[in-house]
Amino acid sequence: MDTLTLSRLQFAVTAMFHFLFVPLTLGLGWLVAWFETRYASSGDEKYLAIARFWGKLFLINFALGVVTGITLEFQFGMNWAEYSKYVGDIFGAPLAIEATAAFFLESTFIGVWVFGWERLSRKAHAAVMWIVAFATNLSALWILLANGWMQHPVGYALRNGRAEMTSFAALVFNPYGWIEFGHTVLAAWTVAGFFVMGISAWHLLRRSQDELFRRSFSAGAAFALAASLLVAIMGDVSGGNAARNQPAKLAAMESVWQTRRDAPYALLTVPRLRGDGNYVEALKIPHGLSLLAFHSLHAEVKGLNDFPPQDRPPVLPVFIGFRTMVGLGTLFILLSALAVFLSRRGRLQDFPLFLRVLVFAIPLPYLAMLMGWLVTEMGRQPWAVYGLMRTADAVSRTVTPGQVWLSLGGFTLFYASLGVVDFWLLAKYARKGIEV
Amino acid sequence: MLYAKLWFVLWAVLWTAYFALDGFDLGAAFSAWLVAPAGGERSRVFASIGPFWDGNEVWLITAGGATFAAFPPVYASLFSWLYPALLLILFSLIARGVALEFRGKSPSPSWTAFWERSAAVSSFLAALLFGVAFGNLFRGLPIGPEGYEGTFLGLLNPYALATGLVFCALFLYHGLLWAACKVPGDTSRRAGALAGAAWYGLLALSVVFAAYSWASTGLSGNFLARKYLLLLPLLFAAALFASKALLSRGLSGRAFQASFLAIAFFSLTGFAGIYPCLLPSRIDPDLGLSVYNSSSSPYTLGIMTWTVVVLLPVVIGYQLWVHRLFERPFSGEELKKSGMY
Repeated sequence: MDTLTLSRLQFAVTAMFHFLFVPLTLGLGWLVAWFETRYASSGDEKYLAIARFWGKLFLINFALGVVTGITLEFQFGMNWAEYSKYVGDIFGAPLAIEATAAFFLESTFIGVWVFGWERLSRKAHAAVMWIVAFATNLSALWILLANGWMQHPVGYALRNGRAEMTSFAALVFNPYGWIEFGHTVLAAWTVAGFFVMGISAWHLLRRSQDELFRRSFSAGAAFALAASLLVAIMGDVSGGNAARNQPAKLAAMESVWQTRRDAPYALLTVPRLRGDGNYVEALKIPHGLSLLAFHSLHAEVKGLNDFPPQDRPPVLPVFIGFRTMVGLGTLFILLSALAVFLSRRGRLQDFPLFLRVLVFAIPLPYLAMLMGWLVTEMGRQPWAVYGLMRTADAVSRTVTPGQVWLSLGGFTLFYASLGVVDFWLLAKYARKGIEV
Repeated sequence: MLYAKLWFVLWAVLWTAYFALDGFDLGAAFSAWLVAPAGGERSRVFASIGPFWDGNEVWLITAGGATFAAFPPVYASLFSWLYPALLLILFSLIARGVALEFRGKSPSPSWTAFWERSAAVSSFLAALLFGVAFGNLFRGLPIGPEGYEGTFLGLLNPYALATGLVFCALFLYHGLLWAACKVPGDTSRRAGALAGAAWYGLLALSVVFAAYSWASTGLSGNFLARKYLLLLPLLFAAALFASKALLSRGLSGRAFQASFLAIAFFSLTGFAGIYPCLLPSRIDPDLGLSVYNSSSSPYTLGIMTWTVVVLLPVVIGYQLWVHRLFERPFSGEELKKSGMY
């Protein structure tokens, strides 16, 4: 394999691994802050115990999220030097601002939260977790504004042999970035909601600490339901956004080959493995795709045949990733709605099978998120910056395949072992239950 | 051009802040076994850096991000040319962070000892590697007309290794002083005594480093051309001696502040020496990456300037507040409550 393929593989591996930890951080912080605030305002020690339990899991997860994030920053320079030179004038700024505005805040205050129990008042200590939760989500905003610029470059001019920033406001208010932010963050909250529900369900099945885990469950379920409904709405907005700005991505998501008006939605689509058409397109809903993509019965949807083969993203993984994500997203709404319903009625434990399903549902929102990223990033190919710079031109010229083999092997081994330890710790503390 | 020059200064200041801050927790982590051979005491040393190391490390992320935003070609070239070296730094930082977070997560002594060893080794490696990396910058990289002409092993030249040792000595001294004022009891006394001894090693290495820099690098050129810059190495020396004097009087907190300044002036001396280059060339000075050929557009630099002018004072403010909040050493009860130790 060449440096380009290896570097892409390495970025995919390290970004996906990083993103096993980020979403839980983005969502669970709010829940811990909520539990601790209930304690601070009511003095109910049970909420303190709940906050400390979920806080511990938050920290175990947070540790790997932080350290694996540095890798992503470094890799732009290490593996994507041509990219960094060409677009650094505009792309570097959101990364630097993320560190200054958000990363400092979360990294500094998480230490205060862990060690400050005896040094701050109850309310101040709870406020610290709100700061951490806010800062982690603010981090996500700046990173996604950077990614949004790669998807839909705005506010730049080609000068001096590179892309130079001409409007910071355009970068900050790039709708693409904000839509990605909304969709990603809500998906992350869904991850956290299902995480809290699943672990609580495990304990409710064993009837250990019923009262504490019922409270956790009902907060987690409400959070999951709200997030999974909103994430679906943002998903619709994201799809429309892709349809307008990245027609090749949308065509790959649905494996549509012929450009046409009044495009139907083929419920059963089987793309060819070679990526040059579909074996099967059946169970068509008239106007369905036009309606989904453009909210209009007659809109024209571009097909992949309109793009020369070298400008098409890899269809099969994008198509499968998209359908998996949408299917799972629908499932999340159903599961969390049922969970809210049963927990309100106080009848959760009458349905042990449902609780068991929720335990096994913990990894599913993670899977949906990874699929979402696969659609976003692979669907952008062959571009590193959509329409502006090809991925093949972005890779470092001086880095040899041998060097990337070494780093890719190193990351895989190192990350795998860290992942195993972290997973083991999470499972250990999750099972241990709440210390009262 | 003014912006590019300003950003050279800010770039130097961000790296300097990183060294002076992360320096103490790297140093405390790799000297913990010397200071506290017994497990219980060692926990106290690790606990003392617990609330700080993560916030300190963000200075590195910010310095990296600022390099990317303000000097994109420098970021791209440095990281891709020195690919294997950057990879090692990255791995040691990941190992350090994970080790500090995992060490308290299981009551088993062998678990804790394993992660403490990992934290010590990775912290030492990070200190050494940063020294080697910046030693190579001070010395100049073999940048020819076609780009980088060096090899990975070429980075391990004697001058760079000497700089690596100076970094280790600076951080060791800094970390020992930290332990001396943040950990109660015998550990504190032992850390203070070790710091007193380590100071002589640091002094010797600093003298060697100065002579070596004079003899085999172009660092001295700027100081001879602009005499006022000599203030920086002089302040380094002054801070170093002041720190020892304060330590001898038992004022380990003040001695720590002085060693903070010593690291800062050491680092600024190095950056002043390579100006206007960020990546100087050993082959031909004109081929180096400098403020004149490698900066971002004035517009971007303006945005970045506003960002740091508005946000960095806030960051410094709350980080100082955290230092005040945790000024008093932790009680055993407190550490238990943190659930980390």
